[in-house]
Amino acid sequence: MYDCIIIGSGIIGSSIARELSKYKGNFLVLEKENDVSCGTTKANSGIVHAGFDAKVGTLKAKFNVKGAKMFEKLASELEFPYKKNGAFVLSFDDDKTPLEDLLNKGRSNGVDNLSIISGDEVRKIEPNVSKEVKYALYAKDSGIVSPYEMCIAISENASTNNVKFEFLKEIVDIKTNKDHLKVLCKDGTHYESKVVINASGVYSDELNNKISNIKYKIVPRKGEYCLLDKEYSYITSTTLFQLPTKMGKGILVAPTTHSNILVGPSALDIIDKSDTDTTYEGLNEVWAKALLTVPSLPKGGIITQFSGIRAHSIDDDFTIGFSSDVKGLYNLIGIESPGLASSPAIAEYAAKEIADYLKLSKNENFIAKRSAIKHVRNMNDKDLSLLIKENKDYGHIICRCEVVSEGEIKEAIRRNPGAKDLDGIKRRVRAGMGRCQMGFCTPKILEILSQELGLDLENITKKGNGSVLLEGRIKE
Amino acid sequence: MEKHNLVIVGGGPAGLAAAISAYDMGETDIIILERESKLGGILNQCIHNGFGLHTFNEELTGPEYAQRFIDEVNKRNIKYLLDTTVINITNDKHIKALSTSGLYNIEAKAIILSCGCRERPRGAINIAGSRASGIYSAGTAQKLVNIDGYMPGKEVVILGSGDIGLIMARRMIFEGAKVKAVIELMPYSSGLNRNIVQCLNDFNIPLLFSHTVIDIKGKNRVESVVIAEVDEKLNPKLETKQEIKCDTLLLSVGLLPENELARGADVNLSRITRGAIVDDNLMTNIEGIFECGNVLHVHDLVDYVCEEAKEAGIKAYEYINNKDINNYSKTEIICENGVRYTVPELIIKNNDNIPLTLKLRVGNVYKKVKLEVKCDDEIIYSRLRPVVAPGEMEKLDLKPDQVLKLRNANTIKVYLRSIEE
Ligand SMILES: Cc1cc2nc3c(=O)[nH]c(=O)nc-3n(C[C@H](O)[C@H](O)[C@H](O)COP(=O)(O)OP(=O)(O)OC[C@H]3O[C@@H](n4cnc5c(N)ncnc54)[C@H](O)[C@@H]3O)c2cc1C
Ligand SMILES: Cc1cc2nc3c(=O)[nH]c(=O)nc-3n(C[C@H](O)[C@H](O)[C@H](O)COP(=O)(O)OP(=O)(O)OC[C@H]3O[C@@H](n4cnc5c(N)ncnc54)[C@H](O)[C@@H]3O)c2cc1C
Repeated sequence: MYDCIIIGSGIIGSSIARELSKYKGNFLVLEKENDVSCGTTKANSGIVHAGFDAKVGTLKAKFNVKGAKMFEKLASELEFPYKKNGAFVLSFDDDKTPLEDLLNKGRSNGVDNLSIISGDEVRKIEPNVSKEVKYALYAKDSGIVSPYEMCIAISENASTNNVKFEFLKEIVDIKTNKDHLKVLCKDGTHYESKVVINASGVYSDELNNKISNIKYKIVPRKGEYCLLDKEYSYITSTTLFQLPTKMGKGILVAPTTHSNILVGPSALDIIDKSDTDTTYEGLNEVWAKALLTVPSLPKGGIITQFSGIRAHSIDDDFTIGFSSDVKGLYNLIGIESPGLASSPAIAEYAAKEIADYLKLSKNENFIAKRSAIKHVRNMNDKDLSLLIKENKDYGHIICRCEVVSEGEIKEAIRRNPGAKDLDGIKRRVRAGMGRCQMGFCTPKILEILSQELGLDLENITKKGNGSVLLEGRIKE
Repeated sequence: MEKHNLVIVGGGPAGLAAAISAYDMGETDIIILERESKLGGILNQCIHNGFGLHTFNEELTGPEYAQRFIDEVNKRNIKYLLDTTVINITNDKHIKALSTSGLYNIEAKAIILSCGCRERPRGAINIAGSRASGIYSAGTAQKLVNIDGYMPGKEVVILGSGDIGLIMARRMIFEGAKVKAVIELMPYSSGLNRNIVQCLNDFNIPLLFSHTVIDIKGKNRVESVVIAEVDEKLNPKLETKQEIKCDTLLLSVGLLPENELARGADVNLSRITRGAIVDDNLMTNIEGIFECGNVLHVHDLVDYVCEEAKEAGIKAYEYINNKDINNYSKTEIICENGVRYTVPELIIKNNDNIPLTLKLRVGNVYKKVKLEVKCDDEIIYSRLRPVVAPGEMEKLDLKPDQVLKLRNANTIKVYLRSIEE
C-alpha cells in the first residue's frame, strides 16, 4: 500500500513527487511512456512567464507569479539550465492601450519590473526585430528553462529521496477500494494507494471521469515549432512575443537555454490527444507569422520541428485539489501554459495539501541537491584532464555536433530514472540534438545503449513502445 | 604545449593526401588527428566499387582506395593519432583535442582542415509529420548496413537522388529490402548519371522528379509517407498527394561541410558552399589555416578530393617555410549567370603562371552553354558544354598564359553563356 501514487511524470507529476519526498511516506510514480518528460513537458516554449498574461484572480495568475520567482533557487539546487533573459511583447500598432492594459494586468498580478518602451528602444537591444514594431511591453523577469532537463533533474532528485518510478505503466482505470484507491494498468498489474494524484496532462479529464461524477473536458490543442541551428543565436537573446490581436495569439521567437532559436507555436484544436505530428500547414503558418517579428529569419537554419499538445480546459483555468466526490483523488486538470512556470508553486501547494491530509511528518533526511551530468563541452582544461584520467570515457567524443562524450552518455543511462532509448539520451546529454540530428552518432549510441542495458541492438528503441530502429541482420 | 609544424585535422582521403604531399615536399613534422578509430574517413563505409578510376586507373572499393593512401602514410612514418577529436582551434593556431588518453593542446605553424562533411537532416528540409523511428540519413543507413551489419528497415522510400541515396537504393535491394521509389524535388538529379543507371534503372526503381515528401505517418515506427508533385516554385500541389506504405525513409538531401572548427577560428565561410573562402593556395583568411576536400566544398569524386588535398599539402609546406605565399593582394571571382560558386574564390595578384584549375558548380541544368572566364574585358577561357548540371562539378584547367591574365585582372567573372545568343 502506497501513501501516494502519482500518475504521470511530466513537470507536474515529477515536481509533486519531489515536494512529497520532503515528507516521510511511500511514494510511487507511474508513467505510461518509457521515460519521464515524454508528454507536453518535452514540447513547449520553455518560457518561465513573468505572469502578466494570466487573468487577474485566476489560479494561473497566482501560481505563475509565485512559481516564476522560485526558479532561480530551484535551478541552482538541481542544476538544470535556466536563464532570466527578459521578454518583449511586441505591438505593431501606434495605439499603446493594449500594452498598457497588459502592463496593468501584470502589476495587479504582482509582477515586478514591467515597462513599456518604444520600437527603437527594442531594436537597440534586439536589432533584428522588425521595423514595423512600434512599442513593446518589456518584462525583465521573464526567463527560459530547458523543460525536459528540469523534469529529469527533479525526477532524479525525487528518486534520490526514495520516490519510486515505474515506466510503461498506462493506467486504464481507478477504483475505490474501502478506504483507499486502486489503479489498474493496461499490462494487468494494479497498485493500491491512499492518495492518487492525477497529473496525467492531456488525459487528466479522462482519468478523473472514470471515477468521479464531476466531469471535466480537455480540448487538446496542438502547437507546432521550428528550431534553428545555434549558428543563428545572434537573432535574439530576449524572448519576443507578439501582442495578441483579433487574428490570434501570435507566435514567439525565443532563444533556448542552449542558444538555439525557437519559433512557434501554432494553435490548432485536434481530436487525437496523442497526435504530435507536425503538419505542412502548421509549420508554414508558424514561419509566416515569425517573419513579422524577425523579417530576416533564415529558413535554411531550421534543424528540426516538433509539436506539443496543450491541455486546454473548457473552464479556462487550472483545476488543482482533492476531488469533492472521490476520497483520496487529487486532480491537476487543465495545466496548460503557464503550467511550466507555475509548476514549482503548484507542486509545493499540492504536496502540502496532501501531506496535511495524510498527516505525514517531515523527512529530516531530504536531500535538496542534485548535480548535473558533467558536460565535456562546458569544462575547463584542468578539470577535463582530471576527469578523463579518472574515467577515460569522457575523452571519447560520440556526438560531434554538440561535443558529447561516451562518459556522459553512460552516466545518462546509469542515473535513476535513466535513459533507456535514443530520445532519453538526447534529452539528458544533447547527443543528437545538434545540426546533424543524430545522423552520425545513432549507430554509436545504439551500441552503448545495448551494452549498458544488456539488450540486443534490435531491441533498442527511439522512444519505447515499439519504436525499434533496426530490422534484423543483413544477409550473411 | 606540444608543437608541430603541420597539424592536419581529419584523416580521410583529403587529410591523408595532404600529409603525403607535404611530406614529399620535405616537411617531416606532421601530425594527423582523426576522431575515428581508423584512418580513411567516409570511404570506410563505401564498400561499393567505383573509386579511383582517375587516380589508379582501376576500380577499387572505398576501403581499398583509402588503404592505398594509408600505406603511403605509413611508409613515410607520418604521425597520426586515432580516436582523437579536435574540439577547438583558435585563430593563432592553437588546437585542442580530446582522446581517451587525455586532453591535447597543440601549437601549429600551419593547419590543414580536412574534416569532411555531414548529411543534411530531415529538419533542414522541413518535412512535416510524425517523429517515429525509421527515418535515417542515407549515410547513417550505409554505416548500419556496411559496417554494423544491420538492416535499418525492409520497405524503403528514398528522398533525394544524391549519390549516397542512389547507392543505398541498390544496397538495400541486395540485402532483400524493397525500395519503393526515389523521390526528387528538382526536375533533375544531383547524383552522378552512372549511379542513376547502375543503382536505379537496373533494378526498376522508379525515380520521381519534381516530387517531395509532405507527410510522414506512423506513431512509433514509420508506416507510410505521403508524396506530392511540386510546381515550378517547388510548392507541393496538394491535389497530387499519394501515400506510399513503407517502414523506412532514407534522406539523401545534400551534404554540408563540417566547419564548426573553422568558424571557431574566425575563418570566413562561404554562404554558398558552406566551406571556407580560400585563395588559390587553398588558404583561408586566417594565415596558415588551409582547407581541402569535402570540408571546403562537396566533391563528386574522391579523386578530385585527393588532387585538391595534394595542392593544400604543398602550399602548407611553402607557407611553413616562409615562401611568402600571402604577401599579395587578391581578386574576388564574381559568379554570374548560372554559376553558383568557384573554388578558389580569390585569386592572388602576382606573376606566377603555373597552371591552375578553377572548380565550379552551376545552379540548374543548362544545355548548350559556354563556360567562360572574363578578365576585365577579355574572355580568356571559353569552353562549349552540351549540358551542365548541379550534380557534376566543372573543372576549368587554365594554361600559363591564361593564369597570368587571371592574376593581373582587376575584375574576374565566371559565367555561363547560352550559345543561341
Ligand atoms: C505548445 C505549448 C507551449 C507551451 N509553452 C509554455 C511556456 O512557454 N511556459 C509555460 O509555463 N508553460 C507552457 N506550456 C504548458 C506546459 O508545457 C504544461 O503546462 C506542462 O508541461 C504540463 O505538464 P504536465 O506534467 O501536466 O503534463 P505532461 O508533461 O503531459 O505530463 C503528463 C504525463 O502523464 C502521462 N500519462 C498520461 N496518461 C497516463 C496514464 N493513463 N497512465 C500513466 N501515465 C499517463 C503522460 O505520458 C505524461 O508523461 C506550453 C504547452 C504547450 C502545448
Ligand atoms: C556515402 C558516400 C558515398 C560516396 N561514394 C563515392 C563514389 O562512389 N566514388 C567516389 O569517387 N567518391 C564517392 N564519395 C565521395 C568521397 O568519398 C568523398 O568525397 C571523400 O571521402 C571526401 O574526403 P574527405 O577527406 O574530404 O572527407 P571524409 O572522408 O569525410 O574524411 C574526413 C575525416 O575527418 C575526420 N574528422 C572530422 N572532424 C574531425 C575533428 N574535429 N577531429 C578529428 N577528426 C575529424 C572524420 O572522422 C573523417 O575521418 C562518397 C561519399 C560519401 C559520403
